[in-house]
Amino acid sequence: MTTPLLEIRNLQVEFGHGAGAVRAVDGVSLTLSQGKTLCLAGESGSGKSVTALSIARLLASPPAVYAGGEVLLEGRNVLNMKASELREVRGGFVSYIFQEPAASLNPVFRVGDQIKEALRLHRPEAATDAEVVRLLQLVGIPAPEARRKSYPHELSGGMQQRAMIAMALAPHPKLLVADEPTTALDVTIQAQIIELLAGLQRQLGMAILLITHNLGIVGDMADEVAVMYAGQIVETAPAREILRRPLHPYTQALINSVPSLDEDAHRLKAIPGAPPLPGSFPGGCRFHPRCPRRQPECAEKIPPLLEVAPGRSVRCPYWNLPP
Amino acid sequence: MTRFLTRLIWSVLTLLGTAALTFFLLNAVPGDVARVIAGSKASSEVIKEIHLRYHLDEPLWKRFGLYLGQLARGDLGHSYVTEQPVAQAILSRLPATLALSALAVILWMALAVPLGVVTARFRGSWFDRAILVVATVSLSLPSFWLARMLQYWLAYKLGWFPVGFFSSFRDLLLPAATLALLFVGYYARLIHTNMVEVLDSPYVRAARAKGASETSVLFQHALRNALIPVVTILGMDLAAMLGGVLFVENVFALPGIGTLAMQSVFNLDPPMIMGTVLFTGALVIGANWVVDLLYGWIDPRIKTEH
Repeated sequence: MTTPLLEIRNLQVEFGHGAGAVRAVDGVSLTLSQGKTLCLAGESGSGKSVTALSIARLLASPPAVYAGGEVLLEGRNVLNMKASELREVRGGFVSYIFQEPAASLNPVFRVGDQIKEALRLHRPEAATDAEVVRLLQLVGIPAPEARRKSYPHELSGGMQQRAMIAMALAPHPKLLVADEPTTALDVTIQAQIIELLAGLQRQLGMAILLITHNLGIVGDMADEVAVMYAGQIVETAPAREILRRPLHPYTQALINSVPSLDEDAHRLKAIPGAPPLPGSFPGGCRFHPRCPRRQPECAEKIPPLLEVAPGRSVRCPYWNLPP
Repeated sequence: MTRFLTRLIWSVLTLLGTAALTFFLLNAVPGDVARVIAGSKASSEVIKEIHLRYHLDEPLWKRFGLYLGQLARGDLGHSYVTEQPVAQAILSRLPATLALSALAVILWMALAVPLGVVTARFRGSWFDRAILVVATVSLSLPSFWLARMLQYWLAYKLGWFPVGFFSSFRDLLLPAATLALLFVGYYARLIHTNMVEVLDSPYVRAARAKGASETSVLFQHALRNALIPVVTILGMDLAAMLGGVLFVENVFALPGIGTLAMQSVFNLDPPMIMGTVLFTGALVIGANWVVDLLYGWIDPRIKTEH
């Protein structure tokens, strides 16, 4: 068996020390193979961004503490890499695009210079203006020769995110982590960015870890989906299957809450209650206070993640019961 | 362009206000300037002649008009005491003052920038706390006390620096260090605070995600953003610093504009007093223009707004 591109094993991330420590990610395991797309879905505070940032050990530490587990990039554990190895992996192996392109580009440097810096760090032989222009063209920025000299504030939100993508792809990473890349953008621009990412993936062959709270974009590009709730994975499945037949009550509720064009609904379907914050996760199954199918035992112990079919796991012993 | 014109008009108005204020304040000082010039034993004819020569008998508003007319021709007048043209006296003292101020700013920024950056990176560490204490002490020191102490210990007792003597620009080191010490604590904290904020920003995380080295993250990506508010405050502090310059020059007997101003006050030499005050005002205005240009260069978002 070949070593997967990315393998996260039982990752545990805490914020703070001792009795006040808050566990934001609690035993997350994920695998992503070369060229594939894994979508990590969940609400705010579910620990999906913390998991994503852990892949390149990007959480500020302190306050973050990697309390346990491993993050393996082609078998090398990121969590005990030296600073120099880490710098080579960041950008070179795994690149990031973030939620707010306007805030993620440095406001005082020209867009082209920021892309060139990524080239200089990982592909010094290609750190030329011509390569910067080619990258800007690749991500569909019109008049790349002129835009190269623009400052971030001179670009629109969509163009800023395209520039971020150009910067992330410049070093030819094997893995692109897109942390809610479309959340801050207009809906029409969102679709363009997702299309762009899917197109670039076909062209360049990198793997993508897509972090989102919007299951609506899962079907467009994901191969696999992992759903997170309150610091844990509650369901993993191939993308098509999870959309057709979600097994965990939380996933079902999440998919039901995506408004559909076909039905004649007057109100949006929301999941009752609010997602718990790290530090105040309920005992037992963490979803049980909001679960429509809860049983008395649900409050007692955390259910294990069960493999119910090849490639399908669900953290609910009652997945098979009729709703 | 309109911005530039407004700016120019405001600068001229500020200088006009400075001129008016010093002129009327000086005339409110009791005592006859003619007596000061000629000495207490001078005859009444001599006093009368002096009054005539310097228009001292004319009404105040008329004399102010004469003064403004003279300023408009670019003439700051002549010293009543030495007869030297005021402009000439100021220009001959300018190099020492400029060198002292520039050296002080360079010294304190050269210290405050690394201190602010490192304490922000390792905030909450023992080093950060220690620097906080030192910085608080530094910004609470009174300039007259510090100048005298440094002079006594480093120059007089240890003999590392000249006590009150100026032969080359190297002798500016101790006076400049005195001024720098008064500001370095405040600026180290200011840079610290701004850096802490900037280090939490998404673009710093993006720079780290790119694989940039820690030095590059701190000093390239973060520092330039953190300096934007610092430059504004620096512009405002330059006026305060010139007050410190006046004092430090006097303690170390440097041939600068500060000593010239102080001497002219003791001599009750109105043209020289008004000249030095007005020139200092012009210096502050000029420095603020430079700071604004610098601001536009550091923060590209400012340029497009114009």
